[in-house]
Amino acid sequence: MARLVRLDRTGHTELASWTAGDEASQREAMEAFRRELDEGMLASATLADGSAEVVRELPLDADLVVLRRPIAGG
Amino acid sequence: MEAVLAEAAAMPWRRRTSDRTLRKEGRIWTLWSVGIVVTFGVPAALLLWIEPLAFPVSAIFLGHGIAVLHLQARRGARGVKPVGEALGGPASRRAERTALGLLGDLLGHEPRTLLEDTGLALQRGRLGAWLVGQEGAILVRPGGRRVHCFCVRVGEANDLPAGDRVAHLLLALREDEEGFATVANRNFSGATSRLRRQLPARARPALARAGSIARGLVD
Repeated sequence: MARLVRLDRTGHTELASWTAGDEASQREAMEAFRRELDEGMLASATLADGSAEVVRELPLDADLVVLRRPIAGG
Repeated sequence: MEAVLAEAAAMPWRRRTSDRTLRKEGRIWTLWSVGIVVTFGVPAALLLWIEPLAFPVSAIFLGHGIAVLHLQARRGARGVKPVGEALGGPASRRAERTALGLLGDLLGHEPRTLLEDTGLALQRGRLGAWLVGQEGAILVRPGGRRVHCFCVRVGEANDLPAGDRVAHLLLALREDEEGFATVANRNFSGATSRLRRQLPARARPALARAGSIARGLVD
């Protein structure tokens, strides 16, 4: 099961989860994803090789998509 | 096309960090350190040569130069801020546990153990081996002899648990290593041994591990 997670004050919150064949859960996840991006969050999909990729559309084949806030020089 | 960190793309005026720019910055820091040694060391030696009885004044002068070098390295060491014990009430501690759980999932087995022991997250990269803390990162360059310390944090992080702050930086680093280094501000570059002395004892094994990985990255 793939998960859409937001890093926040609670540690993290799972906003949605979906499976390959379940269109309703995918649609719900895409809506949640879009909402968070509109709020200014950035999305990061973890790839199999351990790297991450910035995504602007929800990759339905990803196992984990993490929403994070922007970073800045300290 | 290579992914570009959104935060780096929003700063077109800043030259993108690369292996070449890091080498250049390293040379500038070395020149700066040599300048400090010369500025304080030569007058101290000259004074001693002219009047050996002025030894205490020479020593003070030389000590001042050494202190400046130590302060530079300390600034780099303090910027990274390893994850410590969670403070606050039960809700804060629960949030910290949750954040560290996800961070642990993002890391592999060895970096997860290193994080528990040292408070720093290890990440291998093309530019070297990285150690990520709450408000900064250390890059150990290939060869393991030079480090670059970066000051970088989550924009609005006041409410975030420490583990989440590290996760934010780790994800950004994984998305675009050079972009991450472009966004970050520099606060020290120099010999790994100089930084090691200024790091908290708990964090030193992380630097040693990153150093051994970086030594293996030499072509």
